[in-house]
Amino acid sequence: MIGFSGQSQEVKKKKNAKVSFEVDGICGMCKKRIETAALKSKGVKFAIWSVKTHQLSVILDERKTDVKKIQKNIAAVGHDSKGFVASEEAYSSVHPCCKYRDEEIILDHEGSIKKQKKKTE
Amino acid sequence: MKKYILNSLILFIPCILFSQVTFRGMIMDRNNSKANLGVDGASVHWLNTNVGAVTNAKGWFAISYKTEYKKLVISYLGYKTDTVTIRNLEPLHHFITPQSELEEITIKSKRNAVQKSTFSTVNMFTVNSEELLKAACCNLAESFETNPSIDVSFSDALTGTRQIQMLGLTSPYLLITQENIPSVRGASQVFGMTFTPGTWVESIQISKGAGSVVNGFESISGQINAELVKPFSDNKFFLNTYSSLNGRLELNTHFNQRVSKKWQTGLYIHGNYRGQKFDKNDDNFIDMPLANQINVMNRWQFTDAEKGWVSFINVRFLNDEKQTGEIEFNPLIDKGTANNWGSEIDTRRFDTSAKLGYVFPELPFQSIGFQMAYSNHQQDSYFGLNAYDIQHQSVYSNLIFNSIIGDTRNKFKTGLSFTYDKFDELVNTSNFNRNENSLGAFFEYAFDNLDNFSVTGGLRIDTHNLLGIFLTPRLHVRYVPWEKGVFRASVGRGKRSANIFAENQQLFASSRQINIDDVGGNIYGLNPEIAWNYGVSYMQKFNLFGKKGDITFDFYQTNFQNQVIVDWENPQEIAFYDLDGRSIANSFQVEASYNLAKNFNLRTAYKYFDITTDYRRGNLQKPMQPQNRFFANLSYETELENEKQWRFDATFNIIGKQRLPNTSINPVQYQLPESIDSYQLLNSQITRVFSNRFELYLGGENLTNVQQKNPILASDDPFGSNFDTTIVYAPIFGRTFYAGLRFKIK
Repeated sequence: MIGFSGQSQEVKKKKNAKVSFEVDGICGMCKKRIETAALKSKGVKFAIWSVKTHQLSVILDERKTDVKKIQKNIAAVGHDSKGFVASEEAYSSVHPCCKYRDEEIILDHEGSIKKQKKKTE
Repeated sequence: MKKYILNSLILFIPCILFSQVTFRGMIMDRNNSKANLGVDGASVHWLNTNVGAVTNAKGWFAISYKTEYKKLVISYLGYKTDTVTIRNLEPLHHFITPQSELEEITIKSKRNAVQKSTFSTVNMFTVNSEELLKAACCNLAESFETNPSIDVSFSDALTGTRQIQMLGLTSPYLLITQENIPSVRGASQVFGMTFTPGTWVESIQISKGAGSVVNGFESISGQINAELVKPFSDNKFFLNTYSSLNGRLELNTHFNQRVSKKWQTGLYIHGNYRGQKFDKNDDNFIDMPLANQINVMNRWQFTDAEKGWVSFINVRFLNDEKQTGEIEFNPLIDKGTANNWGSEIDTRRFDTSAKLGYVFPELPFQSIGFQMAYSNHQQDSYFGLNAYDIQHQSVYSNLIFNSIIGDTRNKFKTGLSFTYDKFDELVNTSNFNRNENSLGAFFEYAFDNLDNFSVTGGLRIDTHNLLGIFLTPRLHVRYVPWEKGVFRASVGRGKRSANIFAENQQLFASSRQINIDDVGGNIYGLNPEIAWNYGVSYMQKFNLFGKKGDITFDFYQTNFQNQVIVDWENPQEIAFYDLDGRSIANSFQVEASYNLAKNFNLRTAYKYFDITTDYRRGNLQKPMQPQNRFFANLSYETELENEKQWRFDATFNIIGKQRLPNTSINPVQYQLPESIDSYQLLNSQITRVFSNRFELYLGGENLTNVQQKNPILASDDPFGSNFDTTIVYAPIFGRTFYAGLRFKIK
């Protein structure tokens, strides 16, 4: 068995690998921006980002790309992920309501949730 | 899960030994239920005490316990606070739900009753159940009264059946589907819409213009899809009764029952009855037919989310009986005689369909679906001395594979379909039998740049025993030039065989002679109908004085290469012949909706139709088709307080001048004017919601009391040569009121 895997060089690259990692963001607009950036990376087939958990789930072709490349492309549109911090220039390009590094804006989004909650009560 | 419990038991055994009166448990997040991750820092306390504790990093807590403590309150920031009854000391495992899920429900309820999407490539909008409730009565055909894109007209003076039109073309040119399976076609074309009770309908999707190639080649001017209520999401029990001053009674009940974890079933029963004879216009004919209908449907829904399988199985049986004619008409004595004129239409229909869908669990963008349907439609009817029977058996099957090319910006659908239709018709003494079968393959590609542009293009090839081998191309484009503005365009081809008798069966309730111009074609000697439809549409959403609104401009043209012309222009005959020349239907519509104040909405539309056809006697506007129409709907609802609410709704229509079929060769007393002036209609409804379970509604139809004076030509001589019930351009029944109730158990 060991001999076999040794022959087939490294770990086999999967055509439809499922990967999930955290990307910083706040709202539905961020979701669209993050998913679009991920999908536009060559080899990414499917991408979905959760506003609640901040997890980005992607299905990618490992023969064509890897997670680092995706993270780099996401950082280029202004969103941080582990090990890839968006440059100030990229960050400043996101819509003012998406400034996820700003505590106040995060609170604003939470505030809107609270407001909505009041309505239902 | 088991592992966790086991581990925790081992871990906590020493503690339990030391202090018997400690209660333990683990708090987990509903959203992450698979991971079984504990929630760190959630607080718990016994109800009405100060005894509390906080969960550790793994989500576990320990709290001192006394027998009088019964209720444990669990709270965590951003999550709903839960109160759990504790009956013993077994460790608690509890999932908490994020508050945002509550918020999502709020947004849903604020959703407009009619949704126009800026994202869909096709010019489509969804009418949800809230909007459907505004037209309290009673079946699919009557669901469009508050909707400006669909016009409702009357087919004849006897049955009162409403015909729907889109882009100025009648329902045979529309594809009417039930959960994407073609349903109203062939023999059921005229009455089919009335065979789907309104309470069964969950939502309706209306697409204008060329449809998708996935559902076949027949649609020309648009598609109406009705999604029915689903056993998994419908109320456990639902009861609706309706009664109208025009003598109509309706009863709807739904029962939904979970059978196992994956199976759920629903039984839906509809009955309607009218036993009272009215003759308000004193023409000696009853104004609305006597009717009774029993309609029973059983649905089974299977869902296995983990493995990716979903399935629906439907079985439906319908029995519908109508009787109309002169007041004294008694079918037992007068049928087949010239004593009194009368008519009976009896329909029995059996439908069954199955759908099976599989989503690849590892590849959420890839799925396979299979649809299969069989129906047997049997109508036995007579109209005075004319007899018309039709039996239509139909098989429909469609296999669809969905996937992507590269990534989810490029999607495609491809598949195969097979259909079989068997028609047996008896028209007076002549038999018309016809079998149709077709095998087709389709491919539809959709591109979306996730920003401002998307396109869907489809092509299908079919080989049909009577229509030949042909291609059906369809194309839809969407472009967003600026914020909240959407431009759409579509083009497509449709081809179909016209069921001349079934689609125009009102002709039997007249003395008109049937005249078919046999040119050696495959369908009644006629050739198939072929048309191209082109459309452009522009929608802009806006904010005006702080309130939301939208405005849509639509222009569509249907250009017939061949059409089976239905020529009513000679009052002594009805002629069917192939188009020789031009037949073009143009429709322009501007529609605006605006939120006037909180919970107070206006929707208004102006429509212009120019539908001209080269008849044998020249190019004419389509008869009984108003060229101008105006529509307005106002709705208001009070704030929901303790589940109580009032809802008000009013719909106003101006129906423009209409050209009538030529009656100039009739004797003077049976002649009609060339055209008829415009008139106005008003409907209104009030609903009182008493609780989540119970509501009452009261409404008025035709409040302006418009009545066609003389809907039946030669009603004094029904067996004479001038008798004609087919020229109907206004309501026959005057003002009427109705009331109903809805009761549901979730």
